[in-house]
Amino acid sequence: MPEATTVQSRSIEELKELARKARVAVLNMTYDAGSGHPGGSFSMQDFLVSLYYNHMHMSPELVDDPNRDVFVLSKGHCAPGLYAILGEQGYYDKKEFRRLRRLGGLLQGHVDRKIPGIEMSTGSLGMGLGFANGVALAKRAAGHTGRAIVVLGDGELQEGNIWESAMTAPHYKLDNVWCIVDWNKVQIDGPCEDVKGIDPVGAKFAAFGWHVIEADGHDMAAVEAAYAEAEQITGKPVCFVFDTKKGGGVSFMEGKADYHGRALTQEEMVAAMKELGEDWEVA
Amino acid sequence: MGVATQLTQQGWKLGDKVAIRDGYGKGLLAAGEQFDDIVALDADLAGSTRSNWFQDKFPERFTQMGIAEQDMVVTAAGMAHMGQVPFASTFATFLQRGWEQIRNCVARQNLNVKFCGSHGGLMTGQDGSSAHALEDVGVMRTLPNMNVVVPGDAVEAAGAVFAMYQHQGPAYMRSTRAAVPVLFDEDYTFEWGKGTILRDGDDVALIANGPHVSIAMDVAAEAAKQDLDVAVISMASVKPIDEALVQKMARHCGYVVTAEDHFRNNGLGTAVAECIADAGIPAPLRRIGVSRFTTSGTPEELYRHFEVDDQKILKVVTEARRV
Repeated sequence: MPEATTVQSRSIEELKELARKARVAVLNMTYDAGSGHPGGSFSMQDFLVSLYYNHMHMSPELVDDPNRDVFVLSKGHCAPGLYAILGEQGYYDKKEFRRLRRLGGLLQGHVDRKIPGIEMSTGSLGMGLGFANGVALAKRAAGHTGRAIVVLGDGELQEGNIWESAMTAPHYKLDNVWCIVDWNKVQIDGPCEDVKGIDPVGAKFAAFGWHVIEADGHDMAAVEAAYAEAEQITGKPVCFVFDTKKGGGVSFMEGKADYHGRALTQEEMVAAMKELGEDWEVA
Repeated sequence: MGVATQLTQQGWKLGDKVAIRDGYGKGLLAAGEQFDDIVALDADLAGSTRSNWFQDKFPERFTQMGIAEQDMVVTAAGMAHMGQVPFASTFATFLQRGWEQIRNCVARQNLNVKFCGSHGGLMTGQDGSSAHALEDVGVMRTLPNMNVVVPGDAVEAAGAVFAMYQHQGPAYMRSTRAAVPVLFDEDYTFEWGKGTILRDGDDVALIANGPHVSIAMDVAAEAAKQDLDVAVISMASVKPIDEALVQKMARHCGYVVTAEDHFRNNGLGTAVAECIADAGIPAPLRRIGVSRFTTSGTPEELYRHFEVDDQKILKVVTEARRV
């Protein structure tokens, strides 16, 4: 079993403020780039902030530590939501936000392992869970602590590779694997249940042998409690199903497939920033 | 002491018939004894690929993935990310189930994962068309960072396992099922990007790999009886290919023939064509390979039926006289 890796204890209010700042950064960087994926970044923003600030044994100083927690963003298109946190934590200069998706810039359209803090290049869905299993098996073989933690999109569960990997982790009793499903219920072509139904997500993972924890992914206290519960689980991998909203955090973006893969317009930026309590003017 | 020496001491002698997949199995076992960062994975075909020899010796370093090739590829990638050197094997045709994972997760990230696709080509015989991988070399050599080796015998396969280990980055070996003659002795060491002239000649450069290397030697002997001087070049290293040797022999002989147990497009023949075309060498090239999907039959019957056998090669080689 991995050692308890809680490295910080930030208050709920502090986490909420960090998540707010991350959302502001996501809107700014995708607006500057003229493209990107704010919808899926926002749905994972709260549980990702909680994870990175309160539960992961990982920092810019630990990138080569074999006992670090290894994080994989399998839904790699939601890169801006992760970039915002890594920039804030000092993995790279936040000036890179302005060069998102630009030739010569550090921050690629989908997460890339050339970026400090990124362990796996993704962008093609369905591969992150198996990669995390491989990390976990290698950690076990070497006697290293730390977890392999992967975030999956819910539409991504339509990939067959996910279910191959979902079989592997319980088979090998990989209790150093955390699989987080961002259950935002919307994918590019529309609601997941219309495109090809994936529910019930938690019951599927439970049937495969996972310890499943379901929680409101935008309720910071519930998210904190979910991670705290998972830290006590041994003998089986843990799957979190976080109930979230695509575009969560900005009212007019919530639940809309339209905000899956585009930057906001100028008018939308004004409205969204106002909701986030941020002064914003056209540059 | 090189691995070829160790294996010869195990009793493989020149001319013995040994399956190329046995070379992979022995090589993986020998490399595993020497390097403790090597681990192995298989997708429910360990007994067929011969990765079970490693599994029996090092059960704690072997991960059975079940019939799940895509998952095997990405799991191996995660292991490589943490510093292990995974060798993942299954039938060559099924490994391609995970090709996009190989492209996006392994090759694109230049992760240190080694693949062995066994049961390549018509040599797989009676299992039939679904098991005859005939495009694996082509799709693998297309990928940046990926090295590709098609050994001509078991000794070369065993040595190539060590070369795969020493190469930093992904690599693919294609092995075969049926027994073929041992061609290389203890003095031979496989090197990436190096072809071997097994028989020198002035009239035709016959370039082959896999089971076709021993066939090429037989063809050259037969052609000699007809006063045709055929050079035989073994080219296990398809990528990187020995461009200098191909170009030298093409210039010297002025007529080039390739022979392989693979589709005519994108395998060794195409790689040789690229070498000749890139240098602007005015030498005719004839590529022998399979042109369509196949059927059940013995390897010998299939080689004859799909025109990749010794008679076809001899016919094409002797056509050099007309040039």
